[in-house]
Order: sequence, then structure tokens, then C-alpha cells
Amino acid sequence: MPDHNHKVTVKIPRPLYERIQQVIEESGFSCPTDFIVFVLRDIVGDRALEKADPGAGARPAKTNEEIADIRRKLHNLGYL
Amino acid sequence: MIPAHGGRLINRLATGTQREALLARAKAAPRLKLNARETSDLEMIAVGALSPLEGFMGSADLAAVVARHRLANGVLWAMPVTLSNKGLGALRTGQDVALEDEGGRLLGLLELQERFNCAKDNEAQGCLGTTDKSHPGVQYLDSIGTEYLAGPIWATDLPKHDFANEFRLAPRETRVLFKAKGWNTVVAFQTRNPIHRAHEYLTKCALEQVDGLLIHPLVGETKSDDVPARVRMECYRVLLEKYYPKQRVALAVYPQAMRYGGPREALFHAICRKNYGCTHFIVGRDHAGVGSFYGSFDAQTFMKGLDPAELGIQPLMFENAFWDKRAGSMATSKTSAATQPEDMVMLSGTKVREMLRAGTRPPVEFTRPEVADVLIAALADKVNAPA
Repeated sequence: MPDHNHKVTVKIPRPLYERIQQVIEESGFSCPTDFIVFVLRDIVGDRALEKADPGAGARPAKTNEEIADIRRKLHNLGYL
Repeated sequence: MIPAHGGRLINRLATGTQREALLARAKAAPRLKLNARETSDLEMIAVGALSPLEGFMGSADLAAVVARHRLANGVLWAMPVTLSNKGLGALRTGQDVALEDEGGRLLGLLELQERFNCAKDNEAQGCLGTTDKSHPGVQYLDSIGTEYLAGPIWATDLPKHDFANEFRLAPRETRVLFKAKGWNTVVAFQTRNPIHRAHEYLTKCALEQVDGLLIHPLVGETKSDDVPARVRMECYRVLLEKYYPKQRVALAVYPQAMRYGGPREALFHAICRKNYGCTHFIVGRDHAGVGSFYGSFDAQTFMKGLDPAELGIQPLMFENAFWDKRAGSMATSKTSAATQPEDMVMLSGTKVREMLRAGTRPPVEFTRPEVADVLIAALADKVNAPA
């Protein structure tokens, strides 16, 4: 069983960290880590929803057929 | 591969049954004619070049962009992407508005979420840094109506173009290209001019640092006195044919209409190139400037002040390049010992236009002869064209 409570360290640029500290002042987030986890979950959640319901927002990314079409176009340009 | 701005490459170009359903909805909707800029913007939204935008901006996004170059959700952004109403009176939020090009061809559908009044002076001052009526961006605002319509769009068809169609690569296409080429780092070069030796030098200096170079000329609406995009494309083609390494360089067109917004537009150009999959972006002297509205290095200063992690694409700043007679090579003030004008080959735009009109090639140290010949022929055609 995976340990969902296990945590890892992620390094981010210090200016971004300091900006997050400013952003979360009086926002209800107790620390930058909580804010970052919230934002990342939001993004990952979006992507999961997108896969489940591609018509809900943007269309899904490329299918193999689309990639083959794109490669043909690029080949005709002499790029591939 | 570099993620799209905002984390997700948007695709609002409908196909198949979704497109059929949208076409049916469009039949029952009032029709709004887009101007040239709005048509370019619709194309860019549809293909994801303006990710994370999914439509034309509402008042909250526009206010945040004007005041602090961000969307309302805090994501870094640069310029307004708005749709002006053109006389449609009885509109209510929630309804569809069919969008058509200037020739009346249906392009897609706006799902109307908001109508709001333009605050033109505020928008111009915040984004262009001026309300001077001689600025083309201010003139654009004066040319549109007083109300914006906002909401997500779906494109049912992309605008039709009568040149360079094979070079119209959407972000998902350039991303496939970079991946297929094995280019992990790609620098984009934005231009609305023919490439002379100075810019050729900058692009090659940039290419020394990365895996690939995307020459990405803007081909949307520009000022009437800019060299037409069709002519520029021929200049790029002859230049790349002879002077660039084919395996490291790609040419594709960029459909945006110029805003002439200087620093803000430099950011706009950079964000969009990130969406195309580029990791680096060249910011030259007076980037996206016009007349004397911006200082030569305002755009670079603005870009340097942004958080690199938030921007996500690395700007490469360059000074003005010229031919250094003493060194016998291209250089900039950063790399040249020359300090006197007589030691440099630098020509003003006015002087170059005079020479080309007279059918004279500028010196090879200024422009490649093949490029000069294209421009001379284009000017001759213009002179000889019937009025």
C-alpha cells in the first residue's frame, strides 16, 4: 500500500517562495507549503477531469492520428 | 517539453460532431463581424497560442491586466484580448453570438458571459503607457465601439489566408516538430521586418546557446508602412535557404496582430512563444516599439523585472548589432571595440528605403544581397502597380 502521508521535498526558486509568503498573508493558508499543495492539487484535478470529460472545456491533446497528420505536414515543409 | 502558460495548452477548435452541433447553434445566433485584430485573436485562442485564455476577456481579467499585467486569477499576462460589440443591441448573457470574419464567413461561436463598457483611456495608459492619439494602439481603441463582449469561444473554422498557409503551424504542431527534432531548448525570434544582418547575427548568437531556432514572423495586421508579410516571407525564405543550417532552424508564421505595446507586448510575445513550445525568446532593442513612445531598452528592463519562474520562458536580451569594420565581423556595443560611427556599418531605415527604391542594394555588411533583391523587386512592383 502506498503511504499517502509520506512527504517529499520540492525545490522552488527563492523569489517565488518569498512571493508566495506575501500572497498568503491573511489568506487563511498557514504556510507556503499548504498553498502550493492546494494549487497543485487544483491543477492536477483539472487534468483528471479533462480526461474524464473531454467536452467539458478544452478538447484533449493530440491523438495518434493527429500526430501523424502533423508529421506529414512538417515532412512536406522539409522539417522532418 | 515546456508546459503551456497557465499549465494547459488550450484547444478551442471544434471538429467532428462537436463542430456540427456548433454550426447548428450558430444558425440561430445573431452574427457579429470581427475586425482584423479580433480575427487573429480568435485564431490564436482556438489553437492555444493564447493559453490559458479560452475566449475574449471579461471585465475582471481586463482590469487585472491593465492594472498589474495579470489575469484576475493572478496568472501573469500582458495585453488585453477583447471583442468589441458592433451594434448588436438585444444581447443577454448566456446566449450564443456567431462570429464571422470581415467577409462574412462564419468562424465560430461566443458563449456570451458578460457585456461591459470600454474604459479606453485607462486601457491605453495601463497597457500602452500613453493615450496619445498618434500611437497605433490608441488609434485602434478609438476605432472600435464602446462595449466589449466577453466569454469563451469555440472556433468552427480558422480564418482563411491567401499566403504562407504551409507555414501556419499551431502550437501543438511546433511542439511535435521540436520533439521530433530532439530540440529540448528552442529560441523564438519574433519579427515584423525583413531580417537584415543585425538580426541574423542575434538569432545565430541565440542559436549558439540552444538546440533549435524558430523564426516566427508576425503576420497579423501591422501598420500600413511596415513591409507586407507576403514580401517578408519571401525574404525569410531566401535568407534561410542560403545562410542558416536547415537542421537547426524552422520558419513558421505567427498570426497575431501587432499592438505596438513595447514592454507589455514583449511579454505578450514571450508568453505566446512559450505556448508554441519555445524555451527561450529574443528581446532586442525597442522590442514591439513604435516611434519614440518607448525607450530602446524599456522592454528588456520590464522583462528583467519579472519572476523567471513565473514567466517560464527565458528572455535573451541583445543590444543593437552592426558590422564592425575594424574587426571585420558583426558585433554589438557589448562585444565591439569600435566607438566611432565611421568604424561601423549602420544604416537608418530611411536610408535603406531610399536605396531600395532606387534599385540599389545596401552594403552586404548591412543586408544579404538575396534579401535586398526581394525588397527591390517588391518596391518596384508597388511603384508599377496600377493605382
